[in-house]
Amino acid sequence: MTAPVATAAPPPSAASGSLLSKLEIDVRMLGMLAALAVIWVGFDLLSGGVFLTPRNLWNLSVQTASVAIMATGMVLVIVTRNIDLSVGAILGVTGMIIGVTQVQWLPAYLGLEHWLTAPLAVLLAITVGGLIGLFQGWLIAYMGIPSFIVTLGGLLVWRGAAWWVTAGQTVAPMDTRFKAFGGGVEGALGANATWIIAAVACGLIVVALGFARRRRLRFGFPVRPGWADATIAVVACAAVLAAAAIANAYPLPAGTARRWAEANGIAWPEGGLFIPHGIALPVLIAVAVGLVMTFIATRRRFGRYVFAIGGNPEAAELSGINTRWTLMKVFGLMGLLCGISACISTARLNAATNAAGSLDELYVIASAVIGGTSLAGGIGTIAGAILGALVMQSLQSGMVLLGVDTPLQNIVVGAVLVLAVWVDSLYRRRIK
Amino acid sequence: MQTNGTTPLVEMRNISIAFGGIKAVDGVSVDLRPGEVVGLLGHNGAGKSTLIKILSGAYKPDAGEIYVNGEHADIATPRDAKRYGIETIYQTLALADNIDAAGNIFLGREVLTPYGTLDDATMEAETRKVMARLNPHFRRFKEPVKALSGGQRQSVAIARAIYFNARVLIMDEPTAALGPAETQQVADLVLQLKKEGIGIFLISHDIHDVFGLADRVSVMKNGKLVGSASVQDVTQDEVLGMIILGKCPPGATPGPGAS
Repeated sequence: MTAPVATAAPPPSAASGSLLSKLEIDVRMLGMLAALAVIWVGFDLLSGGVFLTPRNLWNLSVQTASVAIMATGMVLVIVTRNIDLSVGAILGVTGMIIGVTQVQWLPAYLGLEHWLTAPLAVLLAITVGGLIGLFQGWLIAYMGIPSFIVTLGGLLVWRGAAWWVTAGQTVAPMDTRFKAFGGGVEGALGANATWIIAAVACGLIVVALGFARRRRLRFGFPVRPGWADATIAVVACAAVLAAAAIANAYPLPAGTARRWAEANGIAWPEGGLFIPHGIALPVLIAVAVGLVMTFIATRRRFGRYVFAIGGNPEAAELSGINTRWTLMKVFGLMGLLCGISACISTARLNAATNAAGSLDELYVIASAVIGGTSLAGGIGTIAGAILGALVMQSLQSGMVLLGVDTPLQNIVVGAVLVLAVWVDSLYRRRIK
Repeated sequence: MQTNGTTPLVEMRNISIAFGGIKAVDGVSVDLRPGEVVGLLGHNGAGKSTLIKILSGAYKPDAGEIYVNGEHADIATPRDAKRYGIETIYQTLALADNIDAAGNIFLGREVLTPYGTLDDATMEAETRKVMARLNPHFRRFKEPVKALSGGQRQSVAIARAIYFNARVLIMDEPTAALGPAETQQVADLVLQLKKEGIGIFLISHDIHDVFGLADRVSVMKNGKLVGSASVQDVTQDEVLGMIILGKCPPGATPGPGAS
């Protein structure tokens, strides 16, 4: 353990790089943000300024949450050169189970609207989803059945099971506290909480950048120039604060606001009250899931193994990695995330239906792939998948806003998926 | 063969393995002493790579035993082999192409911070140290190894094998993909490691490579051991005869595969 040799060997010179390389920004990610900007501005122009309103963006964020959460797990699945076609069906059966739980089973013991109902339902969703995922993972990793087949079977089995829970009946309504997971008025966190969360997020961004920089300096590794780190911090914080401002610019509907005012003993003024929604709980959950999954994928041993398996399964095995157990955990994690998404979509609909999550598997896979996850394995980012989900949802809700027929919507989304993957492959070939 | 009295570092006795009824390795015994380089020779498909994959834990033999320092060793997985200090540089290099040099060197043996997260900074610092010794011009620490040249990839694979204080090093065709200068580098490294008392199995189908470096050679043909010999006791032509014809010369100890 002598002094780090690195101090003696700095790279030739980083000065020759372009602005982007100095900022160490992923060019592909930047391209996706640009594409998203084009889509947003395009729809805003076509819709006469309706798309880029706080109201629409707020709804867009809530609509994206469920698919985005599952897409973060799909990234890891696809990175290991596998696929999971059953996520929509797992969401469906999990949603039915927690629906029945809080509408029929739990009230029998706890009574209606007990405070424990919502936490128990969430816990159950995560457990059931995780167990289904682990079971499928076991079939894939230990029994050696291709994931395509296991999860194709799973798609049929769990969708059938979802029907079976109540013989096809829709279960409604959900527990009031549980409904917060779906966003809406119950799940809007309000202005103050939103600003506090945004401030904490900004603080964390600055601290994280500072720590990373100090650590590299201590080992004598090359670091980004100071202004580049500062620029990244400013841009990231500005984005967080802008999102908070937009969420807070969308007021509760007048009727809800009036009820709220009455409940709190505030006189209803002449012009009405401006009570902001603030960020929605499902969106906060999706962001938290994105951060946790990024942490797992990049900072944990498990994530390293997942990528190693995707890059070279044989090498991973020869390195002494327990590739089977790792693979089983990847599918378990995917199932767990389906459980979280089941909570969000069940709460949003305020009902559990056996059709919930139908075709979600395709949107989830598409999000991951549009977000730069390579179906050949080994490559993909969590942030990319979330952006991919946002791109997909933006396209869909933009077309709904424009009154585009449903068949045409599907045609456009399908074409965009193929186009995105083609552009991505061109990009990859060029940088190689 | 009994040039010194020390217990062999590694002894593989009567190893057999079959794939789908075909005996890839059939009753082969080889051994290796500290500071010794043993060349394992044979045609492609002679069973050399399969034999060493058994030693490195990638395959489990159908029959036979492995002894490390005279004690029976149970090697069922690559992890077991590494625990006995047996490191392998595979012919394919076995690198995860999408991960950087440090990630590959520490793959399966990551350094963690007290919080249980990957300690990338320490791993990169250690990688810079070991690479400075192996390949002083290496600079591309942050790039996936896919972007590296053949020689650079080779150094990463070697670094992974020697970083963790190997006692036995298996090199499977280490120079197959290298130019003359890099081949010389590998040869220098082999001699240096030998001086440090590491035992090395050098697998090759090119006897010129092996003759300059090895103390002994063992020759395989059709999964069987033709024979073993000290390099002083046999000529290159005789070894060539062992490889091609399976003919064991007088200077060598014949094995079951000798015709």
